[in-house]
Amino acid sequence: MLRTEELLLNVGPQHPSTHGVFRIVLKIDGEIIKEATPVIGYLHRGTEKLAENLNYTQIIPYTDRMDYVSAMTNNYALVNSVEKMMQLEIPERAEFLRLIVMELQRIASHLVWFGTYLLDIGAMSPFLYAFRDRETIINLFNELCGARLTYFYMRVGGVKWDAPEGWIEKVKNFLPEMRRNLDEYHELVSGNEIFLARVKGIGKYDAQTAINFGLSGANLRSTGVKWDLRKDQPYSIYDRFEFDVATHPDGDCWSRYVVRMEEIKQSIRILEQAVEQFPAEGEIMGKVPRVIRPAEGEVYAGIESPRGEIGVHIVSKGKAEPYRLKFRRPSFTNLQILEKLLVGENITNMVTILGGIDIVLGEVDG
Amino acid sequence: MSDEIKTPEQLEAEKAAKVQAAAEARAARAAAKAAAEAEAAEATPKEPSPQQPILDRLVAIVNEQVGSDIIVESYINEMDAHIPTLVVKADNWAALAPILKNHEELQLEYLRNLSGVDRETHMECVYYLINLTNKQNYAIKVTTDRDNAIIPSVTPVWATAEWNEREVFDLLGIQFPGHPNMKRIMLTDDWVGHPLRKDYVQIDSEV
Repeated sequence: MLRTEELLLNVGPQHPSTHGVFRIVLKIDGEIIKEATPVIGYLHRGTEKLAENLNYTQIIPYTDRMDYVSAMTNNYALVNSVEKMMQLEIPERAEFLRLIVMELQRIASHLVWFGTYLLDIGAMSPFLYAFRDRETIINLFNELCGARLTYFYMRVGGVKWDAPEGWIEKVKNFLPEMRRNLDEYHELVSGNEIFLARVKGIGKYDAQTAINFGLSGANLRSTGVKWDLRKDQPYSIYDRFEFDVATHPDGDCWSRYVVRMEEIKQSIRILEQAVEQFPAEGEIMGKVPRVIRPAEGEVYAGIESPRGEIGVHIVSKGKAEPYRLKFRRPSFTNLQILEKLLVGENITNMVTILGGIDIVLGEVDG
Repeated sequence: MSDEIKTPEQLEAEKAAKVQAAAEARAARAAAKAAAEAEAAEATPKEPSPQQPILDRLVAIVNEQVGSDIIVESYINEMDAHIPTLVVKADNWAALAPILKNHEELQLEYLRNLSGVDRETHMECVYYLINLTNKQNYAIKVTTDRDNAIIPSVTPVWATAEWNEREVFDLLGIQFPGHPNMKRIMLTDDWVGHPLRKDYVQIDSEV
């Protein structure tokens, strides 16, 4: 009989499959994972501590740097909470601009996930296709606010920059192109037998587990739970548009793939309606006091980011700086289930499962 | 002569006078506003919140299932979309949490957010819970002493609390007995102090 022994394997913190500085200590017996211990915090910058000494506008750039793949929705999560506290009226045009950039961001974020996930599994070319389309979106953002990743675009009460001449036209032209390319992705990847063999039935959990672990976004919807804050607790002007919440019943990595690809399609649908209804003129900033000083009290508001529910809990003592500010970070919450999913799995599936959760380490570590 | 160059003392005096006048005007405006508000409040008694029956029902369930003396305070947080809010002491939290999750009328099986707050007089954890079927939100605040901050862990009730409680422990120093792995999560194991406490002093100013 062959003698086997358990082996400790350290993955990361510098490892390409972890998409950042994430470390996981595996105890393996042959190729089977017996124990998995995630170690996080390598990118902890103390955003919540820093926020206590900054005024609300100054905190917005810090949100850019948490989930740096989806900075627009992070911007919105913060300003949304402050606006809820102060009960501000947001001009129509600003709401439309916010909604358009958030949905474009959702597409861009899912494209990054799609490209890098396939790269993790061993398919090199989809990455190039995905980044081609993402580049178009990034260029649109660059034109709008002069930055490619850390936008600092939204403000309490509206947005900083109005759409330049012809910008909405460009978005309009991008949408049919994106629709075509999405079909191309399905043709390239969705029926690929090697891909299917790698993702079907891998990393499976049921709806009960997902809810217990507080999962959100595609991680929750891939178990058949129809829960999307854009529909279920509408914020901004999402209640004016027609779209479906993508779900899939299986709860495995394949389900999460299907849900994210469908979400790209639904975002295109929302955008098509939004650019049609975009108001020709109007203010982009509401009536906001020069110093933003919410009354004493506390508020929690969550929104649907590409990764799930990102929420901001603010405790105010009536000062220009928050007394306490806490981010509910979807990547952090979603990552908890990894340990449970890995035990008993073959080590080759580790990358598939981790990639399927879709984390951004800047957000995991806050 | 009006175009005469003013001495610094004169400028200073003028500035002080302006500041004084502005402050007086501000105070007068604030007083007028407060008076108007008080008058308005007297004239129309405040309408009960649409969430009031939901809060009353929650209080009734808690009183019946856990005990009639455990609620310190219950109120509607109008600022936060009228969310029903309960305040309880840490000692009763272990008994209350499973009721909130399993009671057939509540079924709060989704823990949306868990935040720790240093209130300076005491420590507090805020649990934002939601029923995914009827979309009803609740906020539960659990309070504990500042010097000996202990709140029972709810990881066995909501698995998502595991890392969240570790984070609260790491940054605010609240202990969660019953937690399977109570260690720091963000900072290194040898870190001194808990940064989000209001009396936190950085041990190494170079960091």
